[in-house]
Amino acid sequence: MTVTAEIPTRAKISEGSRQERRLGWLLCAPAVLVMTAVTAYPIGYAVYLSLQRYDLRFPQRARFVWFDNYAAVLSSSYWWQALWVTVLITAVSVTIELVLGLALALVMHRTILWRGAVRTSVLVPYGIVTVVAAYSWQYAWTPGTGYLAGLLPPGSAPLTDHWQAIGLIILAEVWKTTPFMALLLLAGLALVPEETVRAAQVDGAGFWQRLRLVVLPLMKPAILVALLFRTLDAFRVFDDIYVLTGGSNNTGSVSILGYDNLFTALNLGIGSAISVLIFLCVAAIALVFVKVFGAAAPGGEGDRR
Amino acid sequence: MPKRRSPRARPAALVLTLALALTACGSGGSGAGPTTLDWYNFPDDSGALQQAADTCGQASGGRYAIRYNKLPRTADGQRQQLVRRLAAHDAGVDIMGLDVTWAPEFAEAGWIREWTGAQKEQVTADTLPAALRTATWKDRLYAAPYNSNTQLLWYRDDLTPSPPRTWAELLAQADALAKDGKPHDIEVQGAQYEGLTVWFNTLVGSAGGAVLTTDATAPALGAPAVTAAGIIRELARSAAADPSLANQMEDQNRLALESGTAAFEVNYPFVYPAMKADRPDLFAHFRWAPYPAVTPDRPAAVTIGGIDLAVGAYSRHPDLAREATLCLRNRDNQLVNALRGGLPPSLRSLYTAPELTADYPFAAEVLAALESASLRPQTPAYQNVSIAIAHALSPPSAVDPEHTVAALHGQIGDALGSKGLIP
Repeated sequence: MTVTAEIPTRAKISEGSRQERRLGWLLCAPAVLVMTAVTAYPIGYAVYLSLQRYDLRFPQRARFVWFDNYAAVLSSSYWWQALWVTVLITAVSVTIELVLGLALALVMHRTILWRGAVRTSVLVPYGIVTVVAAYSWQYAWTPGTGYLAGLLPPGSAPLTDHWQAIGLIILAEVWKTTPFMALLLLAGLALVPEETVRAAQVDGAGFWQRLRLVVLPLMKPAILVALLFRTLDAFRVFDDIYVLTGGSNNTGSVSILGYDNLFTALNLGIGSAISVLIFLCVAAIALVFVKVFGAAAPGGEGDRR
Repeated sequence: MPKRRSPRARPAALVLTLALALTACGSGGSGAGPTTLDWYNFPDDSGALQQAADTCGQASGGRYAIRYNKLPRTADGQRQQLVRRLAAHDAGVDIMGLDVTWAPEFAEAGWIREWTGAQKEQVTADTLPAALRTATWKDRLYAAPYNSNTQLLWYRDDLTPSPPRTWAELLAQADALAKDGKPHDIEVQGAQYEGLTVWFNTLVGSAGGAVLTTDATAPALGAPAVTAAGIIRELARSAAADPSLANQMEDQNRLALESGTAAFEVNYPFVYPAMKADRPDLFAHFRWAPYPAVTPDRPAAVTIGGIDLAVGAYSRHPDLAREATLCLRNRDNQLVNALRGGLPPSLRSLYTAPELTADYPFAAEVLAALESASLRPQTPAYQNVSIAIAHALSPPSAVDPEHTVAALHGQIGDALGSKGLIP
């Protein structure tokens, strides 16, 4: 119905709406220009750099090499190791955050007493600067200075072991961003009509049935948005790893790998190729969420699916 | 009309005034008054560097003043900040404090100026040869050694009356202490960073080898490197290994000894004034000895450290900057830096000066170590080489000498050509 209605208006556009459209473009223009300058230009420049052999220390050796840098990155075990660590941290932390976040959202939604205090206390970790929180975790897990390391058997230094360090990085991520997940899911819970839930209750549905068959399906748009945001965020994990382990013992993510190759090795070609690959991964994640799962901003297209 | 124009004209005039004021600041005093030279160096809490900058400014007779800018605390952070400025051709970088490994890299990239003629002779006179070699690239001098540094073995004589001379003796003594239930940890830089590279480099040199060939174009390694990797593995798997060995850096080593849980540390002389200030009770038993050797017949070739002062390629005042550099590293300022900052001088004659030896009781041992010092691999790709080494040897307990050194051979080859990725 909407399709047939749209075609004639597009064909015969009135003078008034044409002017409106022109005004719209004029109003958008400054934003478009700014976005081009601050987003499109750096991305384009990174792509350009990624096609060159360009090491800051050997400026005279710089030359155009097409896709050699991509071949070097994709054939390197360091890249695949970092990608595996990144995917692992992303998958595990986002899954835990979804479950915990939903639980917290339900608590916040239902709390009658001290509602403000409960919500504030849940949000505290999200308010702390990540690097500050990461340093407190680092000290906590270091034998001698740490209260948490003291709880472990003597002689254990968890941040020096690959699996334990990965676990602690995930813990730090979960601790930091579960409140954000809970906040997004709380907004989603508000979408669920109270009478629908009550009707299910009258029909004899228990708590789990109501959650699984009524609440979660109605919250789907909000859950997908929350998952999309957190997955993109988690995939770019950098600060927690940088502070906790510095990427040692094979705990580095792709962002750490890109940082090291750009800023320590000063290899602009390889570093830019890694950055472009991260960009493509992030774009692919976003595409999968939007096209396959149909995620959209609440109130957007996704709501109608 | 004039009434209408004034509200617009006023901000414009203000912007113009501000812009003029800013250019005046940035030009480093092209008008009257001394030229301000910007000196970027490691953050010094002792006040020695600020004092040197002030006294040199005063001694210049009003020709220049030195502004001491503090770089980040870690060597990597310092290098990144300098590289960012230099890559952007920042004309405000007049004098830089370079870590001993950066001169080849910065020289190759064209970021620092060569020293020639009479000024070069002034730099080389009385300066320790090993320190000079750190500032040299392709037979040209690119920096003036400001301070030197080296590691010694520090121990507690209440636990160990006679210090060990080799790594084997060190491990045996630690083992005996462990059996007696006494503090026995050996503190060493085992984290995956440059300190681990330095440990390995020292061990390889002490075993009679080198990481790179003499022309620095290929890995050397070989049997000495396998011996070195074997010592690292043996320590990491012994009772003397700190539980946090794989995360330990110089400062954690110092703290472990100050807290009383460790018996030995290989570390730089800054631990001495720190122990004196922090633990006077333990300080009474705090002693030093030469760095442990690999074999009893050959003294250890400890890796030299320190800071070299270089003049920026884009500096607007290179001649004044060189003059100021010579002042900053003169005898008086190096003495202050040694006594207040705890950093060993780069001038050989200072090591026998009574002003120094009175407060620097280990001066003779430091000088001996510097005379037989080994250099870190001298190549513009040092960072890549260092990362490859630190990555291959981490965690130290997982080192498999033959296999690790073989893998390292290929990785160092790639690193030298700045080929491929760094981990």
